[in-house]
Amino acid sequence: MRPMLLVGGRVIDPSRGFDEPADVLLVDGMIAAVGRGFGRPDEVELLDVAGLVVAPGLVDVHTHLREPGQEDRETIATGAMAAAAGGFTAICAMPNTDPPIDNQSAVGFVVKQGAAAAGARVYPIGAISLGQRGEQLAEFGELVGAGAVAVSDDGHPVASGHMMRTALEYARTFGIPVADHCEEPTLAARGVMHEGVVATRLGLKGIPAAAEEIMVARDILLARHTGGHVHLCHMSTRGSVELIRRAKEQGSRVTAEACPHHFSLTHEACAGYNTNAKMNPPLREPEDVEAIRRGLKDGTIDCIATDHAPHHYDAKEREFDDAPFGIVGLETALGLGVTTLVDGGVLTLSELLDRMSTVPARVFGLPGGSLAPGQPADIVVFDPAAQWTVDPGRFRSKSRNTPFAGWELRGRVLRTIVGGRLMYQAA
Amino acid sequence: MTPTLGKDLLGLEPLSGEQLRLILDTAEPFKEVSERAIKKVPTLRGKTIVNLFFESSTRTRISFEFAEKRLSADTVNIAGSGSSVQKGETLVDTARNLEAMRIDMVVMRHPSSGAARFLAERIRSNVVNAGDGTHEHPTQGLLDLLTIRDRLGRIEGAKVCICGDILHSRVARSNIWGLLKLGAHVAVCGPQSLLPRGIEELGVTVFRRIEDAIAWADVLNVLRLQLERMNAGFIPSLREYYRVFGVTVERLERAPRDLVILHPGPMNRGVEIDSRVADGPHSVILHQVTNGVAVRMAVLYLLAGGRPELAEAAKSGREGGE
Repeated sequence: MRPMLLVGGRVIDPSRGFDEPADVLLVDGMIAAVGRGFGRPDEVELLDVAGLVVAPGLVDVHTHLREPGQEDRETIATGAMAAAAGGFTAICAMPNTDPPIDNQSAVGFVVKQGAAAAGARVYPIGAISLGQRGEQLAEFGELVGAGAVAVSDDGHPVASGHMMRTALEYARTFGIPVADHCEEPTLAARGVMHEGVVATRLGLKGIPAAAEEIMVARDILLARHTGGHVHLCHMSTRGSVELIRRAKEQGSRVTAEACPHHFSLTHEACAGYNTNAKMNPPLREPEDVEAIRRGLKDGTIDCIATDHAPHHYDAKEREFDDAPFGIVGLETALGLGVTTLVDGGVLTLSELLDRMSTVPARVFGLPGGSLAPGQPADIVVFDPAAQWTVDPGRFRSKSRNTPFAGWELRGRVLRTIVGGRLMYQAA
Repeated sequence: MTPTLGKDLLGLEPLSGEQLRLILDTAEPFKEVSERAIKKVPTLRGKTIVNLFFESSTRTRISFEFAEKRLSADTVNIAGSGSSVQKGETLVDTARNLEAMRIDMVVMRHPSSGAARFLAERIRSNVVNAGDGTHEHPTQGLLDLLTIRDRLGRIEGAKVCICGDILHSRVARSNIWGLLKLGAHVAVCGPQSLLPRGIEELGVTVFRRIEDAIAWADVLNVLRLQLERMNAGFIPSLREYYRVFGVTVERLERAPRDLVILHPGPMNRGVEIDSRVADGPHSVILHQVTNGVAVRMAVLYLLAGGRPELAEAAKSGREGGE
């Protein structure tokens, strides 16, 4: 592998509070030097990145790659490529596949497919319970031994308080977070969108904010009780943000993520029965969007995750009640972050990259998220000012289910480098 | 410029007051057709209408069928059970297949909110929503409006309270939009467990006690209470519902004025409504059913491109040569 020198960019490394013009030297798949005037090795490949941002590659702790079992929607290979096209160098794959990733050989399969993929690094998340049925704990020790970086029953919320408690306690042995999709099942049952005036107008069954908040509160209390690390997935309500803020003040081991759609859209996006605006947790009210943005700013919400959820086009070409939840997110996340949060005056560019790279890597204990010498050469190069139009037909993902088609976004990924290799280059 | 309805009738929310008045005014001449010995005019001769019912319905389906037949349309009825839908066909495939047979209109009842719009966006034929999930039932709303107008002489300024299970009611939503657009004051009354969140934001008043609603209203539209709501835990029992929310003679006798009582049917006598009220002098329930046919004739006529000013002529069959 030839050494690579990225010349003339604006280097932003949130892990070190670094934001200035600098060159970045990559040798043997690692960051060798960041700065100016260091010697150039022989045969170095020069990359002119003048006017562009060079940052640690983005890290997504919440994706659904659908393999094994639903390869018509996505595969690990296409998901990893879509991630690279979105500027991600590491993604975590949720275990709600068919069959679910609830044993060491299944984890090994994801690791093997990920290693063969030409894109972002793929880290498996193991199931909390066998079959994600919420009855019997999965073998966390073997899951972690095979490469799992966290456990979650995402897609099948952990209804039992006892199961959640046990998972948090048992996960402490292995130092992994327990990621929970917070949803009180009896309150959310058969709901298809946020319970509010839009659902009332459309005549659709609502999912109340309290369905999420009750489980957020439960998980916070169980984290405090057990000392375990709970990671709260895709927070969507102002009440959840408030609960997490108080929990952090009290020192609980709680981390939380929010999705680009939850800081960019409200439940009004469901008007006209737009099935590409159907996701779980649902799009909420303007006050919730505002709270998520404030939470990202003050660190109450630690990081941004996509909840990338590919679906075949005809699955969304259904009555709203019957369409599946979820949207693809890997290829629009950075553009939405730059456009909504940075241009919207919520975060600085450095703070955005912190929430999309440094913090998620730290929360899940992954390599990357930093340009410190010795770190893996996982890098995104993007133009924060370049405008582009979201065209799902150009996605690397197998699926096209996005509510952002036609949106004009700023922040265009030009190159993604994983372990010193160029995995994506914009046309 | 005469307003038109556009391609479809999906709900009353998207319609203007002017469009609502157009339908009600067009229904007037069609009322008379059903009173004749020979209840048929040639207005929709040669048009093919499919009645696609994915949910059981007696009253609405028959009312549409009468309206279609009295306008001389050719009709086909497809029920959800026994159709290709049962074999797993999607709604969009069903629609495309029907369209491939060159039809003109689809009247659809479907258990999912938004299904009528979904269909309308994917086929060229006119679509009439005959009830979609808990969203809208526009022709029921229209026949309620026509009945109120017949009885009070006006809708503007009338105080109308819709009583019962608002949460699951498409009739309530169509009534709310239609009444508000025509200038009525609208209220809803029922246990809070059956009131949808944010209903006040639509511009309606909420009464928690039926006595207060009766003291306020000129018109009560009493909704059917589905028996399954009790099993789903929204109310403790039908007996208690009747005691707390039932529209009874005793409660109506305490009203400051005579109320007009509507019910979209089918009634649960002794649950939401006292039999003596349903059969009493202030009930216009059968008048609603009669008006249902006229309103549906007006909707079909207007969607087929019929000109409102010719409806009077159409009823006497003198419209030919257009």
